[in-house]
Amino acid sequence: MSILALEFPPVSHLFDWPTIWLDGTPLAINKTVLIYLAATAATMVLFGLAGRPRESLVPVGVQHVAESGVNFIENSVVMQTIGPDGKKFMPFLTSMFFFILFSNITEVIPFIQFPANSRMAIPITLALLVWVIYNVVGVKSQGLFGYLKNSLFPPGVPKVLYVIVTPIELVSTFVVKPFSLAIRLWANMVAGHLLLVTFAILTATLWDFFYVPAALPFLMLIAMTAFEILVSVLQAFIFTILTAVYIGGSMHPEH
Amino acid sequence: MLSLLAQTAPGEFLDGLKAIGAGLGYGLAAVGPGVGIGLVVGNAITSMARQPESAGMVRTTMFLGIAFTEALALIGFVVFILLLP
Repeated sequence: MSILALEFPPVSHLFDWPTIWLDGTPLAINKTVLIYLAATAATMVLFGLAGRPRESLVPVGVQHVAESGVNFIENSVVMQTIGPDGKKFMPFLTSMFFFILFSNITEVIPFIQFPANSRMAIPITLALLVWVIYNVVGVKSQGLFGYLKNSLFPPGVPKVLYVIVTPIELVSTFVVKPFSLAIRLWANMVAGHLLLVTFAILTATLWDFFYVPAALPFLMLIAMTAFEILVSVLQAFIFTILTAVYIGGSMHPEH
Repeated sequence: MLSLLAQTAPGEFLDGLKAIGAGLGYGLAAVGPGVGIGLVVGNAITSMARQPESAGMVRTTMFLGIAFTEALALIGFVVFILLLP
């Protein structure tokens, strides 16, 4: 029976897209770039439409969505992790949340069905941006010496243990943090896309042989699509809240 | 089994070993974080049930804990993708 000889495409076929325009230049455009441009435009349009002046004070429609988003970031991200003086990072965190959300959610939008963040480029760029920001905030609020002292020699540790703790803290603060941030977003999106592709291929192959059993992977596909919507929102939230935690950690060191 | 192995080209044999290693590696990497996420969520639910008024703070911290624990499983997944023949 050739059901077992399921034709599964190699992983690179699922994530590499041919160039559409400006081939061979650094500005080459393919499907991933188009999704990112659309996500950027969607974020700008959302807040542009929500911010225009209107007569009524009651938020409706787009304005309501944008204000709920800002409220959500303020109450469950900034106030929980940085505190009231983190409000100056609200615009950055909010726009980053919506940009990541819009480029993740294309995973389940019909006819696009590709999460743009399953390519490493933008996650690592965002993570390096976050790295620069939390280091600059740390140096600005504690001074260069104080920031290095607090992050490399955490207070409350016995003096002898600094031999072990300091190298670990050095690697974890300056290397592991940005990379784990980027890998978390990227790998979640890759895993979700592979999951959806697997069940879609299984459904299509079973449908070619007998019709009834194809319902089982199809039901699983629907369940997984719902789960991936949750994962898209959750990963955008986790990226944002970890950024806030890192900024908060370098703003208020533990005493 | 041995005659089957003898028929395959050396490259294919290595690819098979790589696939076995990738699968086992991912499976082993998922064990620890699975237990860890279970502990994090279970304790978060216990504390939410005891003190429903602190549920918001507990939920935020729970997601943070899940994110940190999950990173190990995701590194295993990355190795899995890299090892695939």
